[in-house]
Amino acid sequence: MAVRYGGPLKRAVTFQIPLVLMVVVTLFPFYWMVITAIRPDPELYNVRANPFFTLHPTLAHFRYLFDLTMFPRWAWNTIFIATVSTGISLFCGLLAGYALARLQFRWAAPLGTLIFITYLVPPTLLFIPLGDVVKTFGLGDTPWAVILTYPTFLIPFCTWLLMGYFKTIPKEIEECARIDGASRIRAMVSISFPLAVPGILSAGIFAFTLSWNEFLYALVFLSSPQQKTIPIGVFTELVRGDVFYWGPLMAGALLGSIPVALVYSLFVEHYVTALTGAVKG
Amino acid sequence: MANERIEPILSDSARPAASAIPASVAVAIPRPRRPTRWGQLLEREHILAGVLLAPTLTILALFIAYPFLLGIWLAVSDKVVGRPGNFIGLENFRVNLTDTIFLRAFQNTFVYTFIATILKLTLGMLAALLLNHHFRFKRIVRASMLLPWIVPTVLSTLAWQWMFDATFSVFNWVLMNAGLISKRILWLGDGTLAMGCLIAVNVWRGTPFFAITLLAGLQTVNPDLHEAAEIDGANAWQRFWRVTLPLIKPIMLVVVLFSMIATFADFQLIYVLTRGGPYSSTHVFGTYAYEIAMRAAKLGQGASISLFLFPFLLVVIVFQLWYIRRND
Repeated sequence: MAVRYGGPLKRAVTFQIPLVLMVVVTLFPFYWMVITAIRPDPELYNVRANPFFTLHPTLAHFRYLFDLTMFPRWAWNTIFIATVSTGISLFCGLLAGYALARLQFRWAAPLGTLIFITYLVPPTLLFIPLGDVVKTFGLGDTPWAVILTYPTFLIPFCTWLLMGYFKTIPKEIEECARIDGASRIRAMVSISFPLAVPGILSAGIFAFTLSWNEFLYALVFLSSPQQKTIPIGVFTELVRGDVFYWGPLMAGALLGSIPVALVYSLFVEHYVTALTGAVKG
Repeated sequence: MANERIEPILSDSARPAASAIPASVAVAIPRPRRPTRWGQLLEREHILAGVLLAPTLTILALFIAYPFLLGIWLAVSDKVVGRPGNFIGLENFRVNLTDTIFLRAFQNTFVYTFIATILKLTLGMLAALLLNHHFRFKRIVRASMLLPWIVPTVLSTLAWQWMFDATFSVFNWVLMNAGLISKRILWLGDGTLAMGCLIAVNVWRGTPFFAITLLAGLQTVNPDLHEAAEIDGANAWQRFWRVTLPLIKPIMLVVVLFSMIATFADFQLIYVLTRGGPYSSTHVFGTYAYEIAMRAAKLGQGASISLFLFPFLLVVIVFQLWYIRRND
């Protein structure tokens, strides 16, 4: 539905200017992260200095981050937690999505609805009792506290997305394999699952970015500095009392954003499929 | 299954007998081994379904259903950290409704949700319409549009906090150097202004989600319909209202509902930018529940505040399910 425009002036007013404005507003905070991260402190805390660029770029803030904070440890924790919880969620979501899309059983419809409902339950509703549950299971302040709780919002999403995906794969392919002597499980694992790889990839990327970015559960369940993830570590350990260490804070924000942005940019199409698929159901 | 009759030895299983089929047919699939008892059971669809769903249902039962029930119990108890709670009926709810900070948070939650959602929908729609044109660098513009949505909200909100800094705000620097203000604006120093800032950051973060999903909706609209309307004399505005909008209404509605739930239950953006301040004037349900439960250690009271999210959530879920059913 591309709409053609009349004169160049009209095109500038109704299209080019708004587009440029939109891009600038969208990206400005990221520019701000970068410029703050490389400006030396004397410039950063000088009200007269032009804040938009610097002639003395420095890596001091990054050095601070790596030498004087546990940032490398937080990075490792985040990678570990995001990878394992994504793995668990994909495993569960793949099996559940297949069952709900393909198998005939009495509870299929109500279970599908139930999983859809859990998909809409926000962490804010559950974090207080969940903190208690995590403590009861002896998981408090360990990576497993979040690795096992992130799937509560990742599994419903993965299930929902993969269920939709399995419905697009013709049943007949599997039936052929069954006629050729493959068992039910075998047909599922070696015929349907490989065909679902694009869907798995979409769900996985989306789940990975969600667990990388999660804040509330990690804030509540992880308390010692060496257990924290990047979002929590940067937010809690680089603010001492009322003092904000803006240079290292922005350096940390930048380094914490780059990996997800990178994963995302490599798989933009898969991510967009997941995003739109998630809402369409 | 018809194959069962071919090989009577395996007749109690539903497995098709591979040996009855010429080997040349089974090219891709290796000859199956003798079925085990488990294998036979898994041939039955409802048993297989149970096995496949078990991991998911276990995790959801342990970490959603159980905490939900526990949350209801906490909300009617006087539980504080380190001491078992007693049943106190609706006392927590009574206390909430007489607490001025809570009432402010109640109001804030609705103001924050409705204003931010309306702005995100409007701007998201405009962005989607812009991105629906053909232009150079379209792919890269579309990809970078989603960045605010991709990166950890905490980290981008910290950047905004720095931009709103009392002394070093870049906005103040620009306004002062342009001669528009002579005194610094304390962006986060006043309840109403701080709420405005929170809404602005939420809109910045959430608009890409609207833009990209609405764009996906726009791309399904058949261009012929637009041409037909144009021939009939409809102008661009009429074509948008009468052709585009009705066609993308379903996806628009779903996006709005999703976004409303997320905004209504928001925690991190507000907690990072204002921590509910100044003077507890920008709390929402999420941040105030955290404040009471985690800072003041009153778990029961905190749980009762969280629970206020539930009726709203329920209305949205019921509406959404009803809408899906109706469209099926």
